[in-house]
Amino acid sequence: MILQPEASFPARPVFRTEGVTRVYRTGAVEVRALRGIDLSLREGEMVVLLGASGSGKSTLLNILGGLDRPTEGRVFFRDTELTHATEAELTAYRRAHVGFVFQFYNLVPSLTARENVALVTEIAARPMPPEEALERVGLGPRMNHFPAELSGGEQQRVAIARAIAKRPDVLLCDEPTGALDIATGAQVLEALHSVNRDLGTATVLITHNAVIQRIAHRVVVLADGRIVRDEPVTDRLQPAELTW
Amino acid sequence: MVRALDRKLLRDLRRIWAQALAIALVLGCGIMVLVGAQATLRTLDGTLAAYYDRTRFAEVFSTLKRAPRGVLDDVALIDGVAQVEGRIATLALVQVPGMAVPATGQVISHASEGAVLNLPVLRRGRMPLPDRLDEVALSEPFAEAHGLIPGTQLRVILGGQSRELTVTGWVLSPEFVYALGPGSVMPDDRRFGILFMPEPAVAAAMDMTGAVNQISLRLMREADPRAVAIALDRLLAPYGGTGAHDRERQQSHAFMTSEMHQLSAMSTYAPPVFLLVSAFLVNMVLGRLIALERPQIGLLKAVGYSTREIAWHYLKLALLIGAIGIAAGWAAGFWMADAMIDLYAEYFRFPFVRRAANPSALVTSAALGLGVAVLGGGRTVWQSVRLPAAEAMRPPAPASFSRGVLDRALDRLALRQTSVMILRSILRWPGRAAITLFGVSASVAVLVMSYFMFDSAQLLGASVFGAANRQDLTLALSEPEGEEALLAARSLPGVVKVEPGYAIPARLVNGAAERLGAVQAHWEGATLARLVDDHGAEVALPPHGLVLPEMLARALDVGPGSWLEVELLAPPRETLRLPVTAVFAQGMGQEAHIAAPALFAALRSVPQVSQLHLSLDAAQRGALDARLGSLPAVAGLIDWVEVERQFQTLLRENLLTMVTIYTAIGMMIAVGVIYNAAQILLSERSYELATLRVLGFSRREVAYVLVGEMMMLTFVAIPLGWLAGTWLAQGLVHAVSSDIIQLPLAITRRTYALAGIAAAVAAFGSVQVVRRRLDRIDLVSALKSRE
Ligand SMILES: Nc1ncnc2c1ncn2[C@@H]1O[C@H](COP(=O)(O)OP(=O)(O)OP(=O)(O)O)[C@@H](O)[C@H]1O
Ligand SMILES: [Mg+2]
Repeated sequence: MILQPEASFPARPVFRTEGVTRVYRTGAVEVRALRGIDLSLREGEMVVLLGASGSGKSTLLNILGGLDRPTEGRVFFRDTELTHATEAELTAYRRAHVGFVFQFYNLVPSLTARENVALVTEIAARPMPPEEALERVGLGPRMNHFPAELSGGEQQRVAIARAIAKRPDVLLCDEPTGALDIATGAQVLEALHSVNRDLGTATVLITHNAVIQRIAHRVVVLADGRIVRDEPVTDRLQPAELTW
Repeated sequence: MVRALDRKLLRDLRRIWAQALAIALVLGCGIMVLVGAQATLRTLDGTLAAYYDRTRFAEVFSTLKRAPRGVLDDVALIDGVAQVEGRIATLALVQVPGMAVPATGQVISHASEGAVLNLPVLRRGRMPLPDRLDEVALSEPFAEAHGLIPGTQLRVILGGQSRELTVTGWVLSPEFVYALGPGSVMPDDRRFGILFMPEPAVAAAMDMTGAVNQISLRLMREADPRAVAIALDRLLAPYGGTGAHDRERQQSHAFMTSEMHQLSAMSTYAPPVFLLVSAFLVNMVLGRLIALERPQIGLLKAVGYSTREIAWHYLKLALLIGAIGIAAGWAAGFWMADAMIDLYAEYFRFPFVRRAANPSALVTSAALGLGVAVLGGGRTVWQSVRLPAAEAMRPPAPASFSRGVLDRALDRLALRQTSVMILRSILRWPGRAAITLFGVSASVAVLVMSYFMFDSAQLLGASVFGAANRQDLTLALSEPEGEEALLAARSLPGVVKVEPGYAIPARLVNGAAERLGAVQAHWEGATLARLVDDHGAEVALPPHGLVLPEMLARALDVGPGSWLEVELLAPPRETLRLPVTAVFAQGMGQEAHIAAPALFAALRSVPQVSQLHLSLDAAQRGALDARLGSLPAVAGLIDWVEVERQFQTLLRENLLTMVTIYTAIGMMIAVGVIYNAAQILLSERSYELATLRVLGFSRREVAYVLVGEMMMLTFVAIPLGWLAGTWLAQGLVHAVSSDIIQLPLAITRRTYALAGIAAAVAAFGSVQVVRRRLDRIDLVSALKSRE
């Protein structure tokens, strides 16, 4: 287990983007969701992405996660360029390196918590046992429950266990607490925080809740498809210390 | 103005058009078979009735040795007889230019004043003039096959004499709509023809002046054909009558009736399968549509639409699908009837065809089609539409899963999670899985039922040609002869082996049960013409007593140990009492079999021969053929090599078209079912499947969840379909079997395999169409919201 001292990250970035632009075309209408994003994310770093609705947060996250490609500009994962990767290469990339957590959990309803995690560990190169991943998010005892039998927060923690079980290099979370109340949200953040701390997984976390930025190493704010603020968090807090 | 709700209806239909079309096509197939078969039957029936009526086709027929014409007056006095016709009929060899082996001709005397019954229909030229002894009219198919236009000369061996005849015209006869030569298994227009000759000419050649050997009758309206036949038999017994029979045993008529039976059986057995599957599909698709539209239903209710209006709205969608199916089915049905009638016209020769639709079949099929829609849609529609508005607007409760005994078993199997997803989906929606299973097995069953008829035909062929008749040529003698005839035949050019055969017409009687048939004698050690059962196994003849085919035994109500009275209907015309010693499996055949020594011992006579079975040296065939035409003792011949070649050709040609049609129809069911099931699966679970892609599953791995479920159900359904198909085939055999013909029930592994493969291919193809849609799914938008 790698314990990262908070200030000194290795120079090599996990992600690097150069002038990433994403234009959506629907008929005659063009929406410029991203307008030249230059960003780099270091190993082990936890970044919170803030911004108004429609500012392009999800678009950026999806490009980093290999679910989407930029219209212009370049994206690198470590030394690999994702910009022109094929569908199959992106799939392999997601499979090997990326853990996703979404607002709506995206669990498979017909699989139990353990099976949802096993779904991913079965196709990963060096996964941890599903049981261990679930213990990590505090759900060991609920392993054999189906999603419908779990609360929203529990479901989201299953989703986190599923995302981390394959020991991903990056964890991409799009409003993981968006559908949860404060207390439950805090539990979920705790799980993400401990994963970042204990496993050193670089994490990008989108949220609408500005309070949450205090658990990150760095805050990036988007507005209208551009980065308008990018600064380190000087007074980091544990999730439990957040005051909502 | 189109109401808003109706516009929504059309939009809904456009949205699910492919699914709706798949259902309509399945329904259409069922309706096509129903309407097509019924129209064909109606046409055949009407044509036949008109033909028989116009040509005064007889109702009772009898063949005798020889009776003076005067006997016709006595026959006319039998109660119930309306008209009597007496004539002379015999077989002749016809030497057709360009044919090495002579053809067999059925010679029929044509009365100078014109026939009273069974009038030939002149198609070309004229009938022979009464006083021209060298004129002949030929049956049209035979003349056509050889281009024997009026004016052509023809050499015919009749009554042991060769003579030159001139063709005067072409005719068709109601007695030979289906013209089968002696010993043939199918019509052969090249080798068998009917020759109408002036009566004086036939009488002179046969030494039958003032005599007849065939009598046919037309009856009064209320007369009982059987009673008349019995009276006729009594009257003709002294003249060597071989037993009178009604139309049911008239060869041409019997074959047509049997064909029509098959058609009618097909039209009762196949359509229900299609209709049932369609009803299930309507249920499945409409159920899904309504589930998707729950919020809209709530909204419609909230703005004041009544439950009944909304129910009617969705029911209209079901009815629309039904209507499309009906329209397609009707159109295809008429096409099918046309095609079938054309096909029949090749084997059944009518002077005209009276095409007839069957309005009642149209009405029935329409009612059934709409019934299917209502039956399939009704329950789902009513249940969902009844929900209160507020509840309807909430999304349906998510599918709940729970772990049961089965899951612990699953754990132990250590399956991949995607396989677990497949199994849980089947277990969670067992009704839907059951519909899919039912549909695919129905598809397999229909295919088995369709293919097995060719199995039966091939089995029959193998039994007739491969096992029973290995001879190259059978010569029928005009009179039975002593065994020295074998020696004479042996000396013919190219004859490698000769075996004797003997058959004599007989009436088989057991108390009140009786059958007209024949007794056939078998010599020990025969290798050419043997007695075999339907599976091609040789039947051993016990030293004493009769061996009967199952059907004949059943008809006579006898079994091993019973005794039969055997009235021989040809010289020596004795009545024998013989024990039945065995019964064997044979679908066709009205002959009782007996070991030759046993028969001739019972007759207290030296062995006799009425047929010669020859095995030939192919190289010397030409020399033999040249001699055959001039052997006076030979009344007819069967060229087995040729018969088999024709049988196989017929089978092959029919096989190709019929297999194509049946396969298309049968696969249609699997396509309709799997396409719809897969489409619904995708629509319900696209969110889940897109998630898998996001998690790093490849397209193929994700498709496995969809394709795997469908193919797993398909593979479970196939054996069920085999069972159901076997059962349907049994039903069909039962329905088709008549007194005279019984289809052997034989289903080969090839049939099972082909049916399984066809269904699997159809299923796989349909699921691939849906899979392409899954491949193109947009990952990001699938993550944005739940449906
Ligand atoms: N598939 C699409 N087609 C067209 N426009 C799109 C599409 N996806 C996103 N957009 C547009 O791109 C812009 C950025 O969208 P994005 O989802 O990245 O915003 P966001 O910052 O994540 O917003 P939110 O906080 O509401 O999730 C928006 O204006 C959105 O309307
Ligand atoms: Mg977003």
